[in-house]
Amino acid sequence: MSQSAIFKGVVVPYLLLAPQLLVTAIFFFWPAAQAIWQSLLREDAFGLNSEFVWFENFIEVVTDPTWLDAAFRTLFFSAAVAALALGSALFLAVQADRNIRGATTYKTLLVWPYAVAPAVAAVLWLFMFHPNIGIFGRALNAMGIAWDYKLNGGQAMGLVILASAWKQVSYNFIFFLAGLQSIPKSVLEAAAIDGASPRYRFWTIIFPLLSPTAFFLLVVNLTYAFFETFGVIHSLTQGGPGKATETLIYRAYTDGVMNLNLGTSAAQSVILMLLVVALTFVQFRFIERRVHY
Amino acid sequence: MATLSLRGITKRFGTTQVLHGIDLEVADGEMIVIVGASGCGKSTLLRIVSGLESASEGQVLIGGRDVTALEPAERDIAMVFQNYALYPHMSVFQNMAYGLKIRRLPKPEIERRVAEAAKLLDIGHLLDRKPRQLSGGQRQRVAMGRAIVREPHLFLFDEPLSNLDAKLRVTMRAEIRRLQRRLGVTSLFVTHDQVEAMTLGDRLMVMHQGRAAQVASPMEVWAKPADTYVASFIGSPSMNLLPGIMAADGVVALDGGIQLTLPAPIAGATGRSVTLGIRPEHLAPAPDGIAMQVELLEPLGSETVVHGRMADGTALTAKLLGHVPESGELMLRPDPAWLHVFDRETGQRISA
Ligand SMILES: Nc1ncnc2c1ncn2[C@@H]1O[C@H](COP(=O)(O)OP(=O)(O)OP(=O)(O)O)[C@@H](O)[C@H]1O
Ligand SMILES: [Mg+2]
Repeated sequence: MSQSAIFKGVVVPYLLLAPQLLVTAIFFFWPAAQAIWQSLLREDAFGLNSEFVWFENFIEVVTDPTWLDAAFRTLFFSAAVAALALGSALFLAVQADRNIRGATTYKTLLVWPYAVAPAVAAVLWLFMFHPNIGIFGRALNAMGIAWDYKLNGGQAMGLVILASAWKQVSYNFIFFLAGLQSIPKSVLEAAAIDGASPRYRFWTIIFPLLSPTAFFLLVVNLTYAFFETFGVIHSLTQGGPGKATETLIYRAYTDGVMNLNLGTSAAQSVILMLLVVALTFVQFRFIERRVHY
Repeated sequence: MATLSLRGITKRFGTTQVLHGIDLEVADGEMIVIVGASGCGKSTLLRIVSGLESASEGQVLIGGRDVTALEPAERDIAMVFQNYALYPHMSVFQNMAYGLKIRRLPKPEIERRVAEAAKLLDIGHLLDRKPRQLSGGQRQRVAMGRAIVREPHLFLFDEPLSNLDAKLRVTMRAEIRRLQRRLGVTSLFVTHDQVEAMTLGDRLMVMHQGRAAQVASPMEVWAKPADTYVASFIGSPSMNLLPGIMAADGVVALDGGIQLTLPAPIAGATGRSVTLGIRPEHLAPAPDGIAMQVELLEPLGSETVVHGRMADGTALTAKLLGHVPESGELMLRPDPAWLHVFDRETGQRISA
């Protein structure tokens, strides 16, 4: 309570907050409001007239079987990205937490992918897995595996999952490592003396103590997979072949920007927005409760 | 319950040698207190016994079995840590049951043992709580409980009381001693608190810079310190150590000129440079004593610690009963039965 005495009045705090509030308003609230407004309108084919249609756009979106397909695809995609990114980050963090030689270099290298822009990351993966020019793509074909993610939907999905997860591993790694290092060494030693094998220690001590971190990361990763993988998908597959890698965010983009169905695209965006709000809410509620075990 | 033998334990971390060959024989059911200044290697030694750290050389035998190469889990020991090291996400019951579950004990047996230990330690009403909901003293008990339920061959304690307040420390100290006697489990107890050491141990091992300076009963360590380090480490205030020379086999001439006669002569010691040790409590006012200029008084209630200087400027401390003047000169006479003579070069005790 004593902190409230630092600033007198309200002007200074608000002035200090103003730049951030302005940025948030211009780049978030304004477009969000526009999207909500847009989602309630329907334009004619030439974009000359628009008509207020209440929730018709939403009804059209959620009853469209191809949208539902995209929704399930997104669910699968996100779950796979989160599982892969969390699993490998945890594995790497456990390795780094042991006293290995060159740990600092190892940690620094692991953090790099996070600094790479999604589109650039996608290009890296494209160069590796392109069927004609990528080393791995060529190697796979040379081994007799028909590798072409531009034709094979399953392979395309695999590739975007891999590329998306790769980018998120660094972020998860840092959090997991911090989580691991905050577990007192003596607690693990006590468990060792109690007779627990390293594996048993991991599952009964380390993992439960990491679970608040893991849960936080799960939400972050799902949010990432839902919304921030646009760049990766756009650069690698453009949602193809067919609709094999079309996620909800990518579909909102195609419908709005390519097909100029502004009303339904906006409705899709609003649905996604509600999803983010829900995820964030869940996260805050749970973190509040779970962070102290 | 078992014996413990340490044979020539050394430990190096890189190039720094922390332990220089420790030998120790602990009898079945005995409690040994390892005491020494911070950084002397007490924890390292305990961790070597537990198997958390491996010795550079030497052997650890528990109950006659060589466990040097075994993992902590295979040594059948229990350890109580300074910070308790309770599992933070488990209830008190789960904390105590953890090691038993790993040993695949049947559930009723686990419950029986935990209930028994909880009763012994008076923590039965806390079994459902998480460690963070406990006070320091309660956590300490749970940590003890977790060690007891395992019914191990050996208890290891690494300064388990140093995070408690002074009063609780005294209570817990007595409780640990009572428990250890009752269960009869061979124990090693590390501390840097000499009162703890004196009151808890059947025998003490005073460590100094990675060596065992003396292993003996508390009274013997106090009455016959093996060297000047032990002499000054055990006892409060510390023993006065005064430089002198053996004027005859039974007479010490202090550098300040005072001559003191030993109760028994030391054969062939004449001419040797020595350090004479006199505990502050073995100085008493007497008309024909050593003159001391009083500088500072520390009243302790029943006794007063007097700091001052002898005629030649050497510092001297005395612990006296009754009234002591704030300043001026005191005449003090050491009790001849309690004079300790050490070699000045090596610091080793030379009087009997
Ligand atoms: N893992 C390690 N690597 C290098 N040096 C170490 C390591 N562990 C301990 N040491 C050194 O070994 C010496 C003894 O350490 P130890 O922890 O055994 O001391 P201690 O007697 O338990 O002290 P305290 O009373 O402060 O706990 C110290 O000088 C310490 O710096
Ligand atoms: Mg220590």
